[in-house]
Amino acid sequence: MAVAEKTPEVAAVPVATRRRRSFRPRYPAWLTAPSLLYYVVFFLGPMAILVAFSLATQQGFGSLRYGFDTSQYGLVGTSLYLTIFERTLLMASVGTVLTIAVGYPVAYWMARYLSTYKMLALLIIVVPFWTSFLIRTYALKIILDPHGYLAQDLGINVLYTKYAVAVGLVYDYLPLFILPVFASLERMDWNLIEAATDLGARPFTAFREITLRLTLPGVVTGALLVFIPMTGEYIIPNILGGGNYEFVGNVIGDQFNEAQNQPFGSALSIALMAALSVFVIVYILFATKEEQFGA
Amino acid sequence: MPKLRLKAKYAFTAWAVVVYAFLFLPILVMAVFAFNKPSSVALAAFHGSNICSIPPTQIGNITVWNGFTSCWFSAGLHDPTYIPAILTSLQIAAEAAIIATVLGLCAALALARMKPRFRAPFDSLVYLTLVVPEIVIAVASLIFFVQVRNHFPGFPQLGKATILIGQVVFNASVAMLIIRARFVGMGDTLEEAAYDLGSGPLATFRQITLPRLLPAILAAALLSFTFSFDDYVLPAFTNGTTNTWPIVLYSAVRFGLTPAVNALATIMLGITLTAVIITAVILRRSRGRVAAGQAVTRLPGLVGR
Repeated sequence: MAVAEKTPEVAAVPVATRRRRSFRPRYPAWLTAPSLLYYVVFFLGPMAILVAFSLATQQGFGSLRYGFDTSQYGLVGTSLYLTIFERTLLMASVGTVLTIAVGYPVAYWMARYLSTYKMLALLIIVVPFWTSFLIRTYALKIILDPHGYLAQDLGINVLYTKYAVAVGLVYDYLPLFILPVFASLERMDWNLIEAATDLGARPFTAFREITLRLTLPGVVTGALLVFIPMTGEYIIPNILGGGNYEFVGNVIGDQFNEAQNQPFGSALSIALMAALSVFVIVYILFATKEEQFGA
Repeated sequence: MPKLRLKAKYAFTAWAVVVYAFLFLPILVMAVFAFNKPSSVALAAFHGSNICSIPPTQIGNITVWNGFTSCWFSAGLHDPTYIPAILTSLQIAAEAAIIATVLGLCAALALARMKPRFRAPFDSLVYLTLVVPEIVIAVASLIFFVQVRNHFPGFPQLGKATILIGQVVFNASVAMLIIRARFVGMGDTLEEAAYDLGSGPLATFRQITLPRLLPAILAAALLSFTFSFDDYVLPAFTNGTTNTWPIVLYSAVRFGLTPAVNALATIMLGITLTAVIITAVILRRSRGRVAAGQAVTRLPGLVGR
Protein backbone atom coordinates (compact mmCIF):
# COMPACT_ATOMS: atom_id res chain seq x y z
CA MET A 1 0.00 0.00 0.00
CA ALA A 2 2.71 2.41 1.01
CA VAL A 3 4.61 1.44 -2.09
CA ALA A 4 1.67 2.21 -4.33
CA GLU A 5 1.33 5.64 -2.80
CA LYS A 6 4.98 6.50 -3.13
CA THR A 7 5.55 5.36 -6.67
CA PRO A 8 4.54 8.53 -8.59
CA GLU A 9 6.47 10.71 -6.17
CA VAL A 10 9.65 8.69 -6.56
CA ALA A 11 9.37 8.98 -10.28
CA ALA A 12 9.01 12.75 -10.02
CA VAL A 13 12.09 13.59 -7.95
CA PRO A 14 15.79 12.73 -8.19
CA VAL A 15 15.68 9.12 -7.09
CA ALA A 16 18.80 8.40 -5.09
CA THR A 17 18.77 11.23 -2.54
CA ARG A 18 15.03 11.11 -2.07
CA ARG A 19 14.92 7.40 -1.36
CA ARG A 20 17.71 7.39 1.13
CA ARG A 21 16.23 10.21 3.09
CA SER A 22 12.64 9.12 3.31
CA PHE A 23 13.18 5.45 4.03
CA ARG A 24 16.23 5.42 6.21
CA PRO A 25 15.03 4.08 9.58
CA ARG A 26 16.06 6.41 12.33
CA TYR A 27 15.38 6.08 15.98
CA PRO A 28 14.25 9.24 17.77
CA ALA A 29 16.92 11.22 19.58
CA TRP A 30 14.91 11.24 22.82
CA LEU A 31 15.90 7.61 23.30
CA THR A 32 19.22 8.92 24.57
CA ALA A 33 17.43 10.97 27.22
CA PRO A 34 17.18 8.29 29.94
CA SER A 35 20.87 7.44 29.88
CA LEU A 36 21.91 11.05 29.39
CA LEU A 37 19.87 12.02 32.43
CA TYR A 38 21.33 9.11 34.34
CA TYR A 39 24.90 10.12 33.48
CA VAL A 40 24.27 13.75 34.35
CA VAL A 41 22.78 12.93 37.75
CA PHE A 42 24.83 9.94 38.87
CA PHE A 43 28.14 10.53 37.10
CA LEU A 44 28.57 14.27 36.54
CA GLY A 45 26.73 14.94 39.84
CA PRO A 46 29.28 13.06 41.95
CA MET A 47 32.14 14.59 39.93
CA ALA A 48 30.78 18.09 40.62
CA ILE A 49 30.48 17.37 44.35
CA LEU A 50 34.01 16.00 44.29
CA VAL A 51 35.26 19.32 42.91
CA ALA A 52 33.22 21.24 45.50
CA PHE A 53 34.61 19.08 48.31
CA SER A 54 38.17 19.55 47.15
CA LEU A 55 37.70 23.31 47.54
CA ALA A 56 35.87 23.10 50.86
CA THR A 57 37.33 23.58 54.31
CA GLN A 58 37.34 20.82 56.89
CA GLN A 59 35.87 21.97 60.21
CA GLY A 60 36.47 19.51 62.99
CA PHE A 61 35.48 15.90 62.44
CA GLY A 62 33.37 15.33 59.37
CA SER A 63 31.82 18.77 58.95
CA LEU A 64 32.57 20.99 56.01
CA ARG A 65 32.26 24.55 54.89
CA TYR A 66 32.06 25.06 51.15
CA GLY A 67 34.18 27.80 49.68
CA PHE A 68 37.16 28.29 47.45
CA ASP A 69 39.95 26.97 49.61
CA THR A 70 42.87 25.74 47.53
CA SER A 71 45.00 24.71 50.51
CA GLN A 72 44.21 21.02 49.92
CA TYR A 73 45.83 21.27 46.50
CA GLY A 74 48.85 22.87 48.15
CA LEU A 75 49.06 19.81 50.39
CA VAL A 76 48.87 17.51 47.34
CA GLY A 77 51.93 19.35 46.02
CA THR A 78 54.07 18.57 49.06
CA SER A 79 56.95 16.18 48.66
CA LEU A 80 55.29 13.31 50.57
CA TYR A 81 52.38 13.13 48.15
CA LEU A 82 54.40 14.00 45.08
CA THR A 83 56.47 10.91 45.90
CA ILE A 84 53.33 8.80 45.89
CA PHE A 85 52.24 10.26 42.55
CA GLU A 86 55.70 9.62 41.14
CA ARG A 87 55.71 6.07 42.44
CA THR A 88 52.26 5.40 41.01
CA LEU A 89 53.12 6.71 37.56
CA LEU A 90 56.48 4.94 37.61
CA MET A 91 54.99 1.59 38.66
CA ALA A 92 52.20 1.91 36.10
CA SER A 93 54.83 2.65 33.42
CA VAL A 94 56.95 -0.30 34.48
CA GLY A 95 53.85 -2.49 34.56
CA THR A 96 52.86 -1.30 31.06
CA VAL A 97 56.33 -1.87 29.59
CA LEU A 98 56.50 -5.36 31.13
CA THR A 99 53.01 -6.09 29.83
CA ILE A 100 54.09 -5.07 26.33
CA ALA A 101 57.24 -7.18 26.57
CA VAL A 102 55.33 -10.24 27.76
CA GLY A 103 52.19 -9.77 25.69
CA TYR A 104 53.36 -8.64 22.25
CA PRO A 105 55.18 -11.88 21.40
CA VAL A 106 52.11 -13.87 22.45
CA ALA A 107 49.82 -11.82 20.24
CA TYR A 108 52.36 -12.13 17.41
CA TRP A 109 52.54 -15.89 17.88
CA MET A 110 48.75 -16.22 17.71
CA ALA A 111 48.38 -14.02 14.65
CA ARG A 112 51.36 -15.33 12.72
CA TYR A 113 51.72 -19.01 13.51
CA LEU A 114 48.28 -20.29 14.48
CA SER A 115 45.42 -21.06 12.15
CA THR A 116 43.03 -23.78 13.31
CA TYR A 117 43.45 -23.07 17.00
CA LYS A 118 43.76 -19.30 16.71
CA MET A 119 40.32 -18.50 18.10
CA LEU A 120 40.70 -21.10 20.82
CA ALA A 121 44.05 -19.64 21.90
CA LEU A 122 42.44 -16.22 21.97
CA LEU A 123 39.48 -17.45 23.98
CA ILE A 124 41.84 -18.98 26.53
CA ILE A 125 43.64 -15.65 26.86
CA VAL A 126 40.31 -13.93 27.38
CA VAL A 127 39.08 -16.35 30.06
CA PRO A 128 41.07 -14.82 32.95
CA PHE A 129 39.71 -11.43 31.94
CA TRP A 130 36.16 -12.66 32.54
CA THR A 131 36.96 -14.21 35.89
CA SER A 132 37.03 -12.16 39.05
CA PHE A 133 39.88 -9.68 39.37
CA LEU A 134 39.98 -10.25 43.12
CA ILE A 135 40.11 -14.01 42.79
CA ARG A 136 42.98 -13.76 40.29
CA THR A 137 44.89 -11.45 42.61
CA TYR A 138 44.27 -13.81 45.51
CA ALA A 139 45.46 -16.74 43.39
CA LEU A 140 48.69 -14.89 42.70
CA LYS A 141 49.06 -14.14 46.39
CA ILE A 142 48.93 -17.87 47.17
CA ILE A 143 51.78 -18.49 44.72
CA LEU A 144 53.85 -15.62 46.15
CA ASP A 145 53.16 -16.48 49.80
CA PRO A 146 56.39 -16.52 51.88
CA HIS A 147 55.40 -19.94 53.29
CA GLY A 148 54.62 -21.33 49.83
CA TYR A 149 56.76 -23.42 47.53
CA LEU A 150 58.07 -20.54 45.44
CA ALA A 151 59.52 -18.73 48.46
CA GLN A 152 60.64 -21.78 50.41
CA ASP A 153 62.08 -23.92 47.64
CA LEU A 154 63.13 -21.39 45.01
CA GLY A 155 63.94 -18.53 47.34
CA ILE A 156 61.71 -16.05 45.48
CA ASN A 157 60.21 -14.23 48.44
CA VAL A 158 58.68 -11.05 47.05
CA LEU A 159 55.21 -10.74 48.58
CA TYR A 160 54.50 -7.26 50.01
CA THR A 161 57.23 -5.64 47.91
CA LYS A 162 57.18 -3.56 44.73
CA TYR A 163 58.14 -6.66 42.77
CA ALA A 164 54.96 -8.40 43.83
CA VAL A 165 52.98 -5.31 42.80
CA ALA A 166 54.68 -5.28 39.37
CA VAL A 167 54.00 -8.99 38.84
CA GLY A 168 50.41 -8.42 39.91
CA LEU A 169 49.95 -5.57 37.43
CA VAL A 170 51.24 -7.69 34.56
CA TYR A 171 49.26 -10.73 35.66
CA ASP A 172 45.94 -8.93 35.98
CA TYR A 173 46.19 -6.68 32.90
CA LEU A 174 47.95 -8.91 30.38
CA PRO A 175 44.78 -10.17 28.64
CA LEU A 176 43.56 -6.62 28.24
CA PHE A 177 46.72 -5.68 26.34
CA ILE A 178 46.96 -8.78 24.17
CA LEU A 179 43.48 -8.34 22.68
CA PRO A 180 43.86 -5.01 20.83
CA VAL A 181 47.38 -5.91 19.75
CA PHE A 182 46.18 -9.22 18.39
CA ALA A 183 43.44 -7.37 16.52
CA SER A 184 45.98 -5.14 14.79
CA LEU A 185 48.31 -8.07 14.06
CA GLU A 186 45.34 -9.91 12.55
CA ARG A 187 45.00 -7.14 9.96
CA MET A 188 48.65 -7.50 8.94
CA ASP A 189 49.37 -8.67 5.43
CA TRP A 190 52.20 -11.16 5.95
CA ASN A 191 53.03 -11.05 2.24
CA LEU A 192 54.74 -7.75 2.94
CA ILE A 193 57.22 -9.56 5.18
CA GLU A 194 57.66 -12.22 2.53
CA ALA A 195 58.41 -9.54 -0.05
CA ALA A 196 60.84 -7.73 2.22
CA THR A 197 62.83 -10.85 3.03
CA ASP A 198 62.81 -11.88 -0.62
CA LEU A 199 64.34 -8.52 -1.41
CA GLY A 200 67.07 -9.20 1.11
CA ALA A 201 65.86 -7.68 4.35
CA ARG A 202 66.93 -9.55 7.46
CA PRO A 203 63.97 -10.89 9.45
CA PHE A 204 64.46 -8.45 12.29
CA THR A 205 64.74 -5.50 9.91
CA ALA A 206 61.55 -6.61 8.19
CA PHE A 207 59.83 -6.86 11.56
CA ARG A 208 61.02 -3.43 12.66
CA GLU A 209 60.25 -1.67 9.40
CA ILE A 210 56.92 -3.33 8.61
CA THR A 211 55.23 -5.29 11.38
CA LEU A 212 56.10 -2.96 14.20
CA ARG A 213 55.10 0.13 12.26
CA LEU A 214 51.79 -1.29 11.12
CA THR A 215 50.83 -2.56 14.57
CA LEU A 216 51.98 0.51 16.48
CA PRO A 217 48.45 1.98 16.79
CA GLY A 218 47.28 -1.28 18.34
CA VAL A 219 50.21 -1.26 20.74
CA VAL A 220 49.49 2.34 21.74
CA THR A 221 45.80 1.56 22.32
CA GLY A 222 46.65 -1.54 24.31
CA ALA A 223 49.30 0.23 26.35
CA LEU A 224 46.94 3.08 27.26
CA LEU A 225 44.21 0.58 27.98
CA VAL A 226 46.34 -1.00 30.69
CA PHE A 227 48.26 2.10 31.79
CA ILE A 228 45.17 4.12 32.69
CA PRO A 229 43.55 1.59 35.07
CA MET A 230 46.98 0.62 36.46
CA THR A 231 47.47 4.23 37.54
CA GLY A 232 44.16 4.15 39.37
CA GLU A 233 44.85 0.71 40.82
CA TYR A 234 43.59 0.09 44.35
CA ILE A 235 43.35 -3.65 44.88
CA ILE A 236 46.80 -4.85 43.78
CA PRO A 237 48.91 -2.50 45.98
CA ASN A 238 46.74 -3.40 48.97
CA ILE A 239 46.74 -7.18 48.53
CA LEU A 240 50.16 -7.80 46.99
CA GLY A 241 51.93 -4.73 48.39
CA GLY A 242 50.41 -5.27 51.83
CA GLY A 243 50.09 -1.52 52.37
CA ASN A 244 53.87 -1.09 52.10
CA TYR A 245 53.71 0.21 48.60
CA GLU A 246 50.67 2.44 48.31
CA PHE A 247 49.42 3.97 45.08
CA VAL A 248 47.53 7.26 44.88
CA GLY A 249 44.29 5.27 44.82
CA ASN A 250 45.05 3.74 48.19
CA VAL A 251 45.87 7.11 49.72
CA ILE A 252 42.57 8.48 48.37
CA GLY A 253 40.74 5.52 49.87
CA ASP A 254 42.44 6.10 53.23
CA GLN A 255 41.22 9.69 53.33
CA PHE A 256 37.65 8.45 53.16
CA ASN A 257 37.99 5.31 55.28
CA GLU A 258 40.38 6.09 58.09
CA ALA A 259 41.61 9.66 58.04
CA GLN A 260 38.16 11.12 57.30
CA ASN A 261 39.79 14.04 55.53
CA GLN A 262 37.38 14.19 52.63
CA PRO A 263 38.48 17.55 51.15
CA PHE A 264 42.04 16.27 50.88
CA GLY A 265 40.89 12.96 49.43
CA SER A 266 38.82 14.87 46.87
CA ALA A 267 41.76 17.09 45.94
CA LEU A 268 43.92 13.98 45.49
CA SER A 269 41.23 12.47 43.22
CA ILE A 270 41.12 15.58 41.06
CA ALA A 271 44.92 15.63 40.90
CA LEU A 272 44.93 11.96 39.84
CA MET A 273 42.45 12.70 37.08
CA ALA A 274 44.51 15.69 35.97
CA ALA A 275 47.63 13.53 35.85
CA LEU A 276 45.75 10.99 33.76
CA SER A 277 43.90 13.44 31.52
CA VAL A 278 46.49 13.56 28.74
CA PHE A 279 46.48 9.77 28.44
CA VAL A 280 42.71 9.66 28.66
CA ILE A 281 42.25 12.21 25.89
CA VAL A 282 44.60 10.34 23.60
CA TYR A 283 42.80 7.11 24.43
CA ILE A 284 39.33 8.54 23.77
CA LEU A 285 40.51 9.94 20.41
CA PHE A 286 41.87 6.52 19.50
CA ALA A 287 38.84 4.62 20.77
CA THR A 288 36.20 6.75 19.02
CA LYS A 289 38.18 6.77 15.79
CA GLU A 290 38.65 3.02 15.92
CA GLU A 291 34.93 2.59 16.31
CA GLN A 292 34.03 4.95 13.48
CA PHE A 293 36.15 3.02 11.06
CA GLY A 294 34.74 -0.22 12.41
CA ALA A 295 38.20 -1.62 12.97
CA MET B 1 65.95 -18.77 5.63
CA PRO B 2 63.18 -21.35 6.22
CA LYS B 3 65.29 -22.87 8.96
CA LEU B 4 65.53 -19.55 10.73
CA ARG B 5 61.81 -19.02 10.40
CA LEU B 6 61.17 -22.43 11.91
CA LYS B 7 63.44 -21.58 14.80
CA ALA B 8 61.59 -18.32 15.36
CA LYS B 9 58.34 -20.21 15.39
CA TYR B 10 59.59 -22.56 18.10
CA ALA B 11 60.87 -19.65 20.17
CA PHE B 12 57.52 -17.88 19.99
CA THR B 13 55.65 -21.06 20.81
CA ALA B 14 57.85 -21.67 23.83
CA TRP B 15 57.25 -18.12 25.04
CA ALA B 16 53.51 -18.50 24.56
CA VAL B 17 53.54 -21.69 26.61
CA VAL B 18 55.37 -19.88 29.41
CA VAL B 19 52.87 -17.02 29.36
CA TYR B 20 49.84 -19.32 29.35
CA ALA B 21 51.36 -21.14 32.31
CA PHE B 22 51.94 -17.83 34.06
CA LEU B 23 48.28 -16.92 33.50
CA PHE B 24 46.81 -20.20 34.59
CA LEU B 25 49.16 -21.70 37.14
CA PRO B 26 48.02 -19.44 40.00
CA ILE B 27 44.35 -20.14 39.25
CA LEU B 28 45.06 -23.86 39.04
CA VAL B 29 46.99 -23.82 42.31
CA MET B 30 44.17 -21.96 43.99
CA ALA B 31 41.67 -24.57 42.79
CA VAL B 32 43.92 -27.44 43.92
CA PHE B 33 44.38 -25.88 47.35
CA ALA B 34 40.61 -25.84 47.77
CA PHE B 35 41.14 -29.54 48.57
CA ASN B 36 43.97 -28.92 51.03
CA LYS B 37 43.73 -30.24 54.60
CA PRO B 38 44.76 -28.00 57.51
CA SER B 39 48.31 -28.71 58.64
CA SER B 40 48.82 -31.40 61.27
CA VAL B 41 50.07 -28.80 63.75
CA ALA B 42 46.87 -26.80 63.37
CA LEU B 43 44.74 -29.95 63.61
CA ALA B 44 46.50 -31.07 66.78
CA ALA B 45 45.56 -27.79 68.44
CA PHE B 46 41.99 -27.89 67.12
CA HIS B 47 39.40 -30.02 68.90
CA GLY B 48 36.34 -29.80 66.65
CA SER B 49 34.93 -32.86 64.94
CA ASN B 50 34.83 -31.31 61.44
CA ILE B 51 38.34 -30.31 60.36
CA CYS B 52 36.90 -27.75 57.94
CA SER B 53 35.22 -25.78 60.73
CA ILE B 54 38.65 -24.67 61.90
CA PRO B 55 38.68 -20.83 62.09
CA PRO B 56 41.09 -18.69 60.00
CA THR B 57 42.97 -17.63 63.11
CA GLN B 58 43.99 -21.21 63.91
CA ILE B 59 44.55 -22.69 60.48
CA GLY B 60 48.17 -21.62 60.08
CA ASN B 61 49.86 -22.04 56.73
CA ILE B 62 47.53 -23.05 53.89
CA THR B 63 49.95 -22.58 51.00
CA VAL B 64 51.70 -25.94 51.45
CA TRP B 65 50.02 -29.22 50.61
CA ASN B 66 48.96 -31.20 53.70
CA GLY B 67 46.66 -33.84 52.27
CA PHE B 68 43.31 -34.18 50.51
CA THR B 69 39.89 -33.23 51.82
CA SER B 70 36.74 -32.09 50.05
CA CYS B 71 35.01 -30.69 53.10
CA TRP B 72 35.89 -27.06 52.30
CA PHE B 73 33.20 -27.05 49.63
CA SER B 74 30.40 -27.82 52.08
CA ALA B 75 32.03 -25.56 54.67
CA GLY B 76 32.06 -22.72 52.12
CA LEU B 77 28.51 -23.37 50.95
CA HIS B 78 27.23 -23.22 54.54
CA ASP B 79 29.28 -20.24 55.63
CA PRO B 80 27.14 -17.67 57.46
CA THR B 81 29.11 -14.68 56.06
CA TYR B 82 29.95 -15.71 52.52
CA ILE B 83 26.63 -17.12 51.37
CA PRO B 84 24.41 -14.11 52.22
CA ALA B 85 27.04 -11.85 50.65
CA ILE B 86 27.02 -13.94 47.47
CA LEU B 87 23.22 -13.78 47.33
CA THR B 88 23.33 -9.99 47.76
CA SER B 89 25.88 -9.72 44.95
CA LEU B 90 23.76 -11.91 42.67
CA GLN B 91 20.70 -9.76 43.31
CA ILE B 92 22.51 -6.47 42.69
CA ALA B 93 24.21 -7.86 39.59
CA ALA B 94 20.91 -9.05 38.10
CA GLU B 95 19.25 -5.69 38.69
CA ALA B 96 22.24 -3.77 37.38
CA ALA B 97 22.34 -5.94 34.24
CA ILE B 98 18.66 -5.35 33.45
CA ILE B 99 18.67 -1.58 34.05
CA ALA B 100 22.00 -1.04 32.29
CA THR B 101 20.95 -3.09 29.26
CA VAL B 102 17.68 -1.18 28.85
CA LEU B 103 19.44 2.19 29.15
CA GLY B 104 22.23 1.03 26.85
CA LEU B 105 19.83 -0.35 24.24
CA CYS B 106 17.82 2.87 24.02
CA ALA B 107 20.94 5.00 23.70
CA ALA B 108 22.55 2.65 21.19
CA LEU B 109 19.52 2.73 18.87
CA ALA B 110 19.39 6.51 18.76
CA LEU B 111 23.13 7.12 18.70
CA ALA B 112 24.07 4.67 15.97
CA ARG B 113 22.41 6.72 13.24
CA MET B 114 22.87 10.14 14.75
CA LYS B 115 25.08 12.76 13.12
CA PRO B 116 28.65 12.62 14.49
CA ARG B 117 28.28 16.24 15.56
CA PHE B 118 25.61 15.28 18.10
CA ARG B 119 27.02 11.88 18.86
CA ALA B 120 30.55 12.94 19.77
CA PRO B 121 29.74 14.70 23.07
CA PHE B 122 27.65 11.78 24.24
CA ASP B 123 30.37 9.35 23.22
CA SER B 124 32.97 11.29 25.15
CA LEU B 125 30.77 11.13 28.23
CA VAL B 126 30.40 7.38 27.77
CA TYR B 127 34.14 6.83 27.44
CA LEU B 128 34.74 9.12 30.39
CA THR B 129 32.62 6.85 32.62
CA LEU B 130 34.92 4.01 31.57
CA VAL B 131 38.32 5.67 31.97
CA VAL B 132 37.92 7.69 35.17
CA PRO B 133 39.67 5.55 37.82
CA GLU B 134 37.14 3.53 39.73
CA ILE B 135 38.49 4.70 43.08
CA VAL B 136 37.67 8.29 42.06
CA ILE B 137 34.14 7.35 40.99
CA ALA B 138 33.76 5.42 44.25
CA VAL B 139 34.67 8.24 46.62
CA ALA B 140 32.77 10.80 44.52
CA SER B 141 29.67 8.59 44.60
CA LEU B 142 30.06 8.14 48.35
CA ILE B 143 30.02 11.85 49.13
CA PHE B 144 27.30 12.44 46.51
CA PHE B 145 24.98 9.81 48.01
CA VAL B 146 25.54 11.09 51.54
CA GLN B 147 24.88 14.70 50.50
CA VAL B 148 21.76 13.84 48.51
CA ARG B 149 20.44 11.80 51.42
CA ASN B 150 21.03 14.76 53.73
CA HIS B 151 18.96 17.06 51.53
CA PHE B 152 16.36 14.58 50.28
CA PRO B 153 15.41 12.10 53.00
CA GLY B 154 13.54 10.03 50.40
CA PHE B 155 16.82 9.03 48.75
CA PRO B 156 17.99 5.54 49.78
CA GLN B 157 20.56 5.10 52.52
CA LEU B 158 23.98 3.69 51.67
CA GLY B 159 23.38 0.04 50.92
CA LYS B 160 22.20 -2.24 48.12
CA ALA B 161 20.39 0.60 46.34
CA THR B 162 23.39 2.93 46.23
CA ILE B 163 25.71 0.14 45.06
CA LEU B 164 23.23 -0.54 42.27
CA ILE B 165 22.89 3.12 41.29
CA GLY B 166 26.66 3.53 41.09
CA GLN B 167 27.27 0.38 39.09
CA VAL B 168 24.61 1.14 36.47
CA VAL B 169 26.66 4.15 35.25
CA PHE B 170 29.57 2.00 34.18
CA ASN B 171 27.47 -0.92 32.99
CA ALA B 172 25.14 1.23 30.86
CA SER B 173 28.21 2.47 28.96
CA VAL B 174 29.43 -1.06 28.43
CA ALA B 175 26.01 -2.23 27.27
CA MET B 176 25.62 0.73 24.91
CA LEU B 177 28.97 0.11 23.21
CA ILE B 178 28.33 -3.60 22.72
CA ILE B 179 24.81 -3.19 21.38
CA ARG B 180 25.77 -0.29 19.13
CA ALA B 181 28.71 -2.18 17.65
CA ARG B 182 26.32 -4.93 16.60
CA PHE B 183 23.62 -2.50 15.46
CA VAL B 184 26.03 -0.58 13.23
CA GLY B 185 27.51 -3.83 11.97
CA MET B 186 24.23 -5.32 10.79
CA GLY B 187 23.31 -2.39 8.54
CA ASP B 188 19.83 -1.05 7.83
CA THR B 189 18.80 -2.85 4.66
CA LEU B 190 16.32 -5.22 6.32
CA GLU B 191 14.72 -2.40 8.27
CA GLU B 192 14.48 -0.37 5.10
CA ALA B 193 12.80 -3.29 3.39
CA ALA B 194 10.30 -3.57 6.22
CA TYR B 195 9.49 0.13 5.90
CA ASP B 196 9.13 -0.27 2.14
CA LEU B 197 6.64 -3.04 2.69
CA GLY B 198 4.55 -0.81 4.89
CA SER B 199 5.58 -1.87 8.36
CA GLY B 200 5.42 0.84 10.99
CA PRO B 201 8.39 1.84 13.17
CA LEU B 202 7.26 -0.14 16.21
CA ALA B 203 6.45 -3.28 14.25
CA THR B 204 9.78 -3.01 12.44
CA PHE B 205 11.59 -2.72 15.72
CA ARG B 206 9.76 -5.66 17.27
CA GLN B 207 9.95 -7.98 14.28
CA ILE B 208 13.23 -7.06 12.63
CA THR B 209 15.59 -5.02 14.78
CA LEU B 210 15.05 -6.58 18.18
CA PRO B 211 15.45 -10.23 17.15
CA ARG B 212 18.65 -9.42 15.24
CA LEU B 213 20.03 -7.46 18.17
CA LEU B 214 19.15 -10.13 20.69
CA PRO B 215 22.57 -11.83 20.84
CA ALA B 216 24.27 -8.50 21.52
CA ILE B 217 21.64 -7.62 24.10
CA LEU B 218 22.20 -10.93 25.87
CA ALA B 219 25.97 -10.50 25.71
CA ALA B 220 25.67 -6.98 27.13
CA ALA B 221 23.48 -8.20 29.97
CA LEU B 222 25.84 -11.08 30.78
CA LEU B 223 28.87 -8.83 30.73
CA SER B 224 27.16 -6.22 32.92
CA PHE B 225 26.19 -8.98 35.30
CA THR B 226 29.77 -10.27 35.48
CA PHE B 227 31.26 -6.82 35.98
CA SER B 228 28.76 -5.91 38.65
CA PHE B 229 29.18 -9.22 40.45
CA ASP B 230 32.98 -8.90 40.51
CA ASP B 231 33.12 -5.24 41.35
CA TYR B 232 34.94 -4.43 44.58
CA VAL B 233 36.06 -0.81 44.67
CA LEU B 234 32.75 1.01 44.15
CA PRO B 235 30.71 -1.15 46.56
CA ALA B 236 33.51 -0.97 49.14
CA PHE B 237 32.80 2.74 49.51
CA THR B 238 29.06 2.96 48.88
CA ASN B 239 27.88 -0.17 50.71
CA GLY B 240 26.98 1.28 54.12
CA THR B 241 26.63 -1.91 56.14
CA THR B 242 25.77 -4.20 53.22
CA ASN B 243 28.25 -6.95 52.46
CA THR B 244 28.79 -8.12 48.91
CA TRP B 245 30.84 -11.15 47.90
CA PRO B 246 33.88 -9.14 46.69
CA ILE B 247 33.82 -7.16 49.94
CA VAL B 248 33.92 -10.24 52.18
CA LEU B 249 36.40 -11.90 49.82
CA TYR B 250 38.70 -8.88 49.98
CA SER B 251 38.71 -8.68 53.76
CA ALA B 252 39.24 -12.45 53.97
CA VAL B 253 42.23 -12.21 51.61
CA ARG B 254 43.70 -9.37 53.63
CA PHE B 255 42.93 -10.53 57.14
CA GLY B 256 42.82 -14.30 57.10
CA LEU B 257 40.90 -17.08 55.47
CA THR B 258 40.52 -20.83 55.12
CA PRO B 259 40.45 -22.90 51.91
CA ALA B 260 36.66 -22.53 52.06
CA VAL B 261 37.34 -19.30 50.14
CA ASN B 262 39.28 -21.28 47.53
CA ALA B 263 36.34 -23.67 47.27
CA LEU B 264 33.81 -20.90 46.69
CA ALA B 265 36.15 -19.13 44.26
CA THR B 266 36.60 -22.39 42.36
CA ILE B 267 32.84 -22.92 42.12
CA MET B 268 32.44 -19.40 40.83
CA LEU B 269 35.24 -19.79 38.30
CA GLY B 270 33.37 -22.81 37.01
CA ILE B 271 30.17 -20.81 36.67
CA THR B 272 31.97 -17.91 34.97
CA LEU B 273 33.65 -20.25 32.53
CA THR B 274 30.28 -21.74 31.64
CA ALA B 275 28.87 -18.26 31.11
CA VAL B 276 31.82 -17.27 28.90
CA ILE B 277 31.41 -20.37 26.79
CA ILE B 278 27.67 -19.77 26.44
CA THR B 279 28.30 -16.16 25.42
CA ALA B 280 30.93 -17.20 22.92
CA VAL B 281 28.58 -19.80 21.44
CA ILE B 282 25.69 -17.34 21.20
CA LEU B 283 27.85 -14.72 19.50
CA ARG B 284 29.41 -17.28 17.23
CA ARG B 285 26.11 -18.71 16.11
CA SER B 286 24.82 -15.27 15.27
CA ARG B 287 27.74 -13.78 13.41
CA GLY B 288 29.99 -16.52 12.21
CA ARG B 289 33.38 -17.45 13.44
CA VAL B 290 35.45 -14.38 12.74
CA ALA B 291 32.80 -11.96 13.90
CA ALA B 292 32.44 -13.88 17.14
CA GLY B 293 36.13 -13.68 17.78
CA GLN B 294 35.98 -9.98 17.07
CA ALA B 295 33.11 -9.46 19.45
CA VAL B 296 34.72 -11.41 22.26
CA THR B 297 38.03 -9.66 21.77
CA ARG B 298 36.84 -6.15 21.14
CA LEU B 299 34.55 -5.94 24.13
CA PRO B 300 37.33 -5.85 26.70
CA GLY B 301 39.12 -3.36 24.51
CA LEU B 302 36.15 -1.04 24.53
CA VAL B 303 35.45 -1.57 28.13
CA GLY B 304 38.69 -1.18 29.98
CA ARG B 305 38.29 -3.36 32.96
